[in-house]
Amino acid sequence: MDDGAAAMRSRGMTRRGMLMAGLAALPAGAALTVIVRPAAATPEAMQEAIRRITGGAPLRRGRVRLEIPPLSENGNSVACAVAVDSPMTAADHVKAIHVVTEKNPQPNVIGVHLGPRAGRARIATRLRLSDTQTVTAIAALSDGSFWAESANVIVTMGACLEDAL
Amino acid sequence: MTAQALIHFPKKARRGEVIEIRTMISHPMETGFRRTQQGEPIPRNIITAFVCRYNDVEVFRADLFPALTANPFLAFHTVAAESGTLTFTWTGDDGFRAEERAKIEVG
Repeated sequence: MDDGAAAMRSRGMTRRGMLMAGLAALPAGAALTVIVRPAAATPEAMQEAIRRITGGAPLRRGRVRLEIPPLSENGNSVACAVAVDSPMTAADHVKAIHVVTEKNPQPNVIGVHLGPRAGRARIATRLRLSDTQTVTAIAALSDGSFWAESANVIVTMGACLEDAL
Repeated sequence: MTAQALIHFPKKARRGEVIEIRTMISHPMETGFRRTQQGEPIPRNIITAFVCRYNDVEVFRADLFPALTANPFLAFHTVAAESGTLTFTWTGDDGFRAEERAKIEVG
């Protein structure tokens, strides 16, 4: 026992006591889970996911409107809407809308299937973003064409950090 | 496991009117990419599919992935074709299944 520890003890404190007090001050959640960043999907994984959706058909720009905030403080919940310019008739309608990301652990976010009975080709949801990245919305039309729009979203705090708070 | 679902749409509509349906269901949407402090992977537990039927005809279907938030929210549209029942079904990992029904009056 050195002099310093003896001095602390004389003030009613031990090193162990101080350490335990410090641990107790941490939020409960922080002690339960550690953050392990999973292997992120890569832009190549997103391209592969797009190929699976389109079957290799070209993606055309236009007709799709991706509504997503350019900056998000919290990646745990990012509002996202996709609207496609389409008359939604039996002859000309949107068959599916897909949303994919570039850096999330897995590229796919959601895929919806609709038809003329939808009346309007617009969906809204909330997604998790692990990092600042590009989000792409793809529409599959009844004539076999695919249309897309991308947006870059800056994420201040990624979804994977939720338990560090 | 019982999940609480919230469903919003106009209960009365004109024939042919396009209505918006907004849904939300209580569910953790555990991604399967997280680990405990001991390093054990936390198993994936998500809703994988959502279907909306209008008088037993499927009008909307969605495939869900871990990148959707906990308590997933989904809004979409349908044409108010006739009076009847809208059925909403969510299915997912570990045999998760929730179903809600709601009436619509079309004049």
